[in-house]
Amino acid sequence: MDLDLAPADLSFRDEVRAFFADSIPDEWKTTVRAGLRLPADTLTAYQRRLAARGWGAPTWPVEYGGTGWTPTQLHIFWSEASAADAPAQYHQGLELIGPIIFTYGSQAQKDFYLPRIISGEDWWCQGYSEPGAGSDLAALRTRAERDGGDYVLNGQKMWTSYAHVSTRMFVLARTSVEAKRQAGISLILVDMDTPGLRIRPIHTLDEKHHTNEVFLDDVRVPAANLVGEEGMGWNYGKVLLDRERMVAAATAMFLPQTLRAVRAAAKRRRVGAATLFDQPGFRGKLAQLEIESLALQAMVMRLVADAAAGMDSGPRGSMVKLRWSELIQQSTALWVEALGSAAQHYEALDAKGEGSGDTPPDMPLALQGALYSRVTSIYGGSSEIQRNIIARRALGL
Amino acid sequence: MEFAYSDEQQMLRDSADRFGDQHMGAADRLARLAEGLEGSRRRWSEMAALGWLMLPIAEGDGGLGGGPVEVMAIMEGFGRHLMIEPYVTCCVLTPALLHGGGALADELLPKIGTGEIRVATALFEDDGYAVFGVATRADDGARLTGVKTHVEDGADADWFVVSARTAGDHGDRTGISLFLVPADAEGLTVRRYRSSDGHRHCSLTLDNVPATLLGERDTAAPRIAAAADRAIVAHLAEAVGSMEAATAATLDYVRTRQQFGVAIGTFQVIQHKLVDMSIACEEARAITSVAARSLMSDTPDRALIAAARVRVSQCGVVVTQAAVQLHGGVGTSDELVVSHHLRRQMMLDLILGDRDYHRGRFIMLSDR
Repeated sequence: MDLDLAPADLSFRDEVRAFFADSIPDEWKTTVRAGLRLPADTLTAYQRRLAARGWGAPTWPVEYGGTGWTPTQLHIFWSEASAADAPAQYHQGLELIGPIIFTYGSQAQKDFYLPRIISGEDWWCQGYSEPGAGSDLAALRTRAERDGGDYVLNGQKMWTSYAHVSTRMFVLARTSVEAKRQAGISLILVDMDTPGLRIRPIHTLDEKHHTNEVFLDDVRVPAANLVGEEGMGWNYGKVLLDRERMVAAATAMFLPQTLRAVRAAAKRRRVGAATLFDQPGFRGKLAQLEIESLALQAMVMRLVADAAAGMDSGPRGSMVKLRWSELIQQSTALWVEALGSAAQHYEALDAKGEGSGDTPPDMPLALQGALYSRVTSIYGGSSEIQRNIIARRALGL
Repeated sequence: MEFAYSDEQQMLRDSADRFGDQHMGAADRLARLAEGLEGSRRRWSEMAALGWLMLPIAEGDGGLGGGPVEVMAIMEGFGRHLMIEPYVTCCVLTPALLHGGGALADELLPKIGTGEIRVATALFEDDGYAVFGVATRADDGARLTGVKTHVEDGADADWFVVSARTAGDHGDRTGISLFLVPADAEGLTVRRYRSSDGHRHCSLTLDNVPATLLGERDTAAPRIAAAADRAIVAHLAEAVGSMEAATAATLDYVRTRQQFGVAIGTFQVIQHKLVDMSIACEEARAITSVAARSLMSDTPDRALIAAARVRVSQCGVVVTQAAVQLHGGVGTSDELVVSHHLRRQMMLDLILGDRDYHRGRFIMLSDR
């Protein structure tokens, strides 16, 4: 799906296309197409390449080391990345804490943290969720008590993705008990090496390690690690809503990668005299998903166009996130279907190693992708929470 | 990249809305439908006076040369107010086929724009919508023999554009030509039908009917496909207007309808259903806008248009079924406009090919 691009945008597109043409090794591609994250060291290498090109923080303003790109340029960048089977950038630092630091952080915080995010030197994880407090952040119980020049943190965080590979965590913690539950919550930056901080892995159904529990026992951090004002952490989280629509838009643009993998698998699989791809029933199912993916790309374009025009897009970011998660789930499921019974060969028991023909070439990534995709309608606000947001913000119900 | 309407396009959209409110309001819809052809003729001449009828016709053909986005702005209003006039068939599809078609076509085109005559297009045979599935034959002297099973909006047409085979066999990609036939031609039998959405259709039986060749012989298939894509996108905009109106009506209803002492809109299950309806509306609007803009290109993305045709139909039917469901019993009544939106969406799902046909077309066009 092409846009009508101005000449300047066309030459930008050529520049981006040339960059991606030789930047993505083949061994990344199946992982990327499965919607899975590459290992941290690989992603760091990717981030360094982008940073060296000046493209480390595509959505940030120039003054903080970003590109200052227009929404149209961002759309072009993501389209080209998607078409080249490049991975999505690791977003916790870039899209979640980075913008809060450059909007509300102290000068010292900006000077120290922002360049380290762009270079990939720091990986951030998000200490928001807790047992009993997922999207209902007002219910969180982790405490931060002021003790001289420090805050002392006690509590437990849940579903802390990539805590095990992160160097830093941004934590929401209660600094006072208020009548209104949203008040009295502060945002504090924590070095993952701080004594008293313990990580316990949570193994998930895809048999990969993405997420963790994090225990905070008398974790002592300098008071200078408070972002903005004490008790205002809840409000800082809300500015992310505006950025999340662009995160959702960027993510949705990578969906065609998975559909290309389904196509490739179906073309490879022989069923009788022809391939699965030639069977009308399978082809109809694939076409249906490709059609819905096109509709999703059209929704992203409208979102980006509105952003370019400075218009409020309302809850359309939530709509895109919701539809994308449904479609990535269906697409990875169809990929497994394309593999057929061989999709049960998850791991060779007498493995001779990769490429030995013991398992289909896209296993176990296809199945891992299908299993991992179940989280997409849960994280970042479940589909039910997104529907509540849309009902309230768009429909006034 | 521009999705918002320009000021002129917005004026068209507003004008269609005002017209719909005045002439096709939901409250007196049944009375307006009961007027039949008389009411439709009156509205048609008022639409002509507003310049709508000549809007999609090329400037060289005596029209205003409006593009797909202008047509979209008008058609949204047709959808929102469920106007039953044959706008797409007579003013979008047919003029695209008449364009450059010779002296008789040049004579008819301005009269379509002023509302003086109506012209319908007869493409469908027993195969359903299949551009190449033409069995109707023209002999060397251009006398047509065959059956056209469904002529969209054809009941009140003064002329028909008829596809017929001048060479080759049923299913061949070449050898198809277009002809003009007056409604009172000798040997032509017109059977007229009303559809459940109020549109007035017909079927044609042609028995050695004298006809005038339109444009070049044997080469009409690509012209038909291109004209049909313009008509399809216009109908998509109509579908978007209709599903948005049905959603808005449902939203109003769940805010006021009380059950168990509260408005049913306070129930989360109802809220989530309405959210899904509004997402489907957004999806349909987004892909329709992109399809309309693609039509403006010299090389429209026909796979995208086929995809839009499939997806918008799915969204339209799902949304209006949900609108009926959420209204409960009254949603099924003839008195309430949501039931009329469902009827129209089900018919839109069949116009110029059903969604399976277009999914097949998408597969063919996106094969690589």
